[in-house]
Amino acid sequence: MSKEKFDYFINGEKGKYEVVIGLEVHAQVLSNSKLFSGSSTKFGADPNKQVSLIDSAFPGMLPVINEECVKQAVRTGLGLNAKINNYSVFDRKNYFYADLPQGYQISQYKNPIVGEGKVLLDMPYGSKEIGIERLHLEQDAGKSIHDMDPSSTYVDLNRSGIALMEIVSKPHLRSPDEVNAYIKKLRTIMRYLGTCDGNMQEGSLRADVNVSVRKVGDKNFGTRCEIKNVNSIKFMQMAIEYEANRQVELLEDGKEIDQETRLFDTKKNETRSMRSKEDAHDYRYFPDPDLLPLKLEQKLIDDLKKSLPELPDNKKERFIQEYGLNSYEANVLVSEKEISDYYEEVAKLSDKKLAATWMMGDLFAMLNDKGLNISNSPISAKNFAELVQSIKSGEISGRIAKEVFEIMVESGDNPKKIIESKGMKQQSDPKELEKMINEILSKNKDKVDQYKAGKEKLFGFFVGQVMKLSGGKANPQLTNEILKKLLKG
Amino acid sequence: MSLDKEKIKHVAKLARISVDEAKVDSLTKDLNSIFKFIEQLNELNTDKVEPLTSILNQSLRSRKDEISDGKIREKILKNSPKKNEEFFVVPKVVE
Amino acid sequence: MSNITNQSLSEILESIKSKKISSLELTQAYIKNIENAKKLNAFVTTTFDQALENAKKFDNKPNNEQLLSGVPLAVKDLFCTENVKTTAGSNILNNFVPSYESTVTKNLWNNGAFLLGKLNCDEFAMGSSNETSFFGNVINPIGDHLVPGGSSGGSSSALAADLTPATIGTDTGGSIRQPASFTGTVGLKPTYGLCSRWGIVAFASSLDQAGPMTKTVNDCSIMLEAMSGFDEKDSTSINKKKETYSKNLKDNIKGLKIGIPKEYRVDNMPKEIDELWEKGKKILKDLGAQLIDISLPHTKYALPTYYIVAPAEASSNLARYDGVRYGYRSQKGKDLIEMYENTRSEGFGDEVKRRILIGTYVLSSGYYDAYYLKAQKVRQLIKKDFDDSFTKVDAILTPSTPSSAFKIGEKTNDPVSMYLNDIFTVPVNLAGLPALSLPAGLDKQGYPLGLQLIGKALDEQKILNIGYAFEKNCGYKNEIKKWWS
Repeated sequence: MSKEKFDYFINGEKGKYEVVIGLEVHAQVLSNSKLFSGSSTKFGADPNKQVSLIDSAFPGMLPVINEECVKQAVRTGLGLNAKINNYSVFDRKNYFYADLPQGYQISQYKNPIVGEGKVLLDMPYGSKEIGIERLHLEQDAGKSIHDMDPSSTYVDLNRSGIALMEIVSKPHLRSPDEVNAYIKKLRTIMRYLGTCDGNMQEGSLRADVNVSVRKVGDKNFGTRCEIKNVNSIKFMQMAIEYEANRQVELLEDGKEIDQETRLFDTKKNETRSMRSKEDAHDYRYFPDPDLLPLKLEQKLIDDLKKSLPELPDNKKERFIQEYGLNSYEANVLVSEKEISDYYEEVAKLSDKKLAATWMMGDLFAMLNDKGLNISNSPISAKNFAELVQSIKSGEISGRIAKEVFEIMVESGDNPKKIIESKGMKQQSDPKELEKMINEILSKNKDKVDQYKAGKEKLFGFFVGQVMKLSGGKANPQLTNEILKKLLKG
Repeated sequence: MSLDKEKIKHVAKLARISVDEAKVDSLTKDLNSIFKFIEQLNELNTDKVEPLTSILNQSLRSRKDEISDGKIREKILKNSPKKNEEFFVVPKVVE
Repeated sequence: MSNITNQSLSEILESIKSKKISSLELTQAYIKNIENAKKLNAFVTTTFDQALENAKKFDNKPNNEQLLSGVPLAVKDLFCTENVKTTAGSNILNNFVPSYESTVTKNLWNNGAFLLGKLNCDEFAMGSSNETSFFGNVINPIGDHLVPGGSSGGSSSALAADLTPATIGTDTGGSIRQPASFTGTVGLKPTYGLCSRWGIVAFASSLDQAGPMTKTVNDCSIMLEAMSGFDEKDSTSINKKKETYSKNLKDNIKGLKIGIPKEYRVDNMPKEIDELWEKGKKILKDLGAQLIDISLPHTKYALPTYYIVAPAEASSNLARYDGVRYGYRSQKGKDLIEMYENTRSEGFGDEVKRRILIGTYVLSSGYYDAYYLKAQKVRQLIKKDFDDSFTKVDAILTPSTPSSAFKIGEKTNDPVSMYLNDIFTVPVNLAGLPALSLPAGLDKQGYPLGLQLIGKALDEQKILNIGYAFEKNCGYKNEIKKWWS
């Protein structure tokens, strides 16, 4: 495969700029209950229905940590090839906001549960490693609703206290495309691990985006701006694009960039300064005296490591080795665990390469059309494998297969049954075919003569007639051979 | 070090406490005398001392991941100075 | 029967068990006392109807197997009580009615006691004289011009004035022991983690600990037994087997080693305190204990350390009082931030605001290392001093306070002089240890003075035993003239 060259730069009059991006991804931990209370984490409940006295910070309430959230953070850390810290500390991050009942967020500051790790991206210009700085556990805040009343803000604390993993990347990303690949990769890894559902619509995955620019070749980083709480990849990309250009313009005009927190306005497609956060930078972190340091036993970490599922990078390698797929195919098929599971089931029962082609072609197109995903596909992996096998064995042609596929989507039936009942099996018996062809030739003596006189274009006409008579089931290759032979005679 | 009025106003802002202008002087005096007292600690060299994180020498105890709480909206909202049937209500937040 | 309320908790329990008095009669006697003692201002809330109901219920179906069978108790208004207003002595909570019961009070009720009322205290337990309460200062029954100590001043006053047979307080820097000392009563601050903090309005989480305040050491052991115990809702609760302090109470202390720390002899300490300490040493020595001179070299740094750690934690613990979900909300201000600032400014009193500002400052960017981190390092040194000493001794004897009860208003304009009152009590909180304050004598004005016994972590039984032996041989008797009724 020919490799493209990386070329995301901003050209100013005074030079060519490179964009430096770091992400703080907030991933909601998959757990039944909240990080420090027994309230449910389920999405979509009525306002304030999933709130305990702890989540709403009543006097005298105390946090007790959810063991599953700790394990989920460790699993994620292991999935990011990161160092798991046997000793970590929960700190309070102090600031005031209507949806932060305690007046502080319990987070981890100096001693996070997970240290440095890395994520591998497949870019058109080759693979690129993105460093992970750390991963820590923290509480989510509630939700302030500003548009239900002109003079008041409404506060819903259902989300207050849900466990989040904040995954901080190193400033290794250089373009919106890399950000896209990075988020998708993180999401894939966490979905494989079952530690975060990655559902961006429901806010399970959000990010703060740090952007700075510098002239190509500069060793020092420029002043960065933090764009808060962006909740879709598309918006992240748009925000970066806007913000990088804004910064380059300032520099070109000889102006300074203020280090500040900015908000991405999705309607205007621009970032703007968040004045309300100005004095909030002094978070006054200190260890939460209601909690003790978290000491993880090595055995727990080892056991979690042993129980990890195969992760996408390893699976991709295996798909290439074991199933003879190319890197592109393998990448697509491991992008979701469910897809890779489906593929493996199909590949076990049918031709591996043909299965990949048909999955990535017709199956994905159909799912896409219907807005479905692989886990609720109307075609089971077993039926899909039978279809692939029927093509491979020559029982049906590719064209018939498309018809069978359509019927399978509608009925959910087994392809064998469809082929049988509709008599769609390919006619591959030479004797039968010869009989049929002779019949056609004798009915079209004039055309045979013309053909013999040199009008060879008529060959297509005869093939068409065979197909018509056989209801499209005649084996095309065999038909060609026999036709040629008989027309010569 | 001594605390001036501006510093005190800044800290009060961080703590979300409005300070009565008439009281700033006496507050400044009180806080400075307290800090003078506190700063006795500077006599001690603590370069080689580990800070204490917890007085208890045990690890954090955890609970099982079970839904055991919530669904008490009425109790949660009952004491609120301003609320409706579903939400806490606060003055408009200006972003 | 007329002076049942003069008696100790254990004597009262005996009377109830032997049916010499009914729970209802007992409760009525206390209600009468309370109604006659309004001048003391010890109560923020009374729950008489509820108490009478509970007393009748008990009398109808007495269960005498419990530690606190049929006994009405008033508690500090820092403990959240279900459906009973809980104020923490603050305007910001003046209308707060919890829907839950603190673990410690629930333990008392599960042992047969019931609520008589909520006792005044310094606002958010920040004070040493009960003068910072939004509900007014409390008066010491010892004299109408004296403070009862603080922050559990309502508790000490009510106990000494026979308005409750026993009570509970909280102790962050001396808030049980100092008021006990000022009123001639017994107060115990247990080991950090022995009593659950769940449902107690927090002041400084790493220091706060609930404990009993009683007339006798035996009463103290009964109350401690009832209120303590592991609580899975508190991550700092110690998971250990429950002890039967009252049953195991012994007065034989022969051979025990008692440490006498030289650093507790401070400048300008009244001669009487020194004499009291000498008296205490002699009593213990005569009982067969061995006195050993020890050194706790960082003692003088305990109070400055405390005034960094406690306000830092408080500044964060009190951030939740923002007028959104409960409590007071100011009607002034045009947006959320102004609502916060006005609510907190109008809702908190001066001392609380002062401490929030100190705490905010010592944690703020650029000052954290110089103050908070430094304090946590010194705290480590203070803890180590005790650890080292306890390899040599079983308990440590010190005065409880550097003076007897002072006059109302005497220290209100000088915060540091007020803070200095906790000089002997604060090191114990920083080290998480148990300490018992015992009434030991009177000064020349006739005001009570206390001595403090400090134990190893979880060694409550030993200091209770020493205190028990001391009490029998000290000859102290609280004679309070009921001038208020």
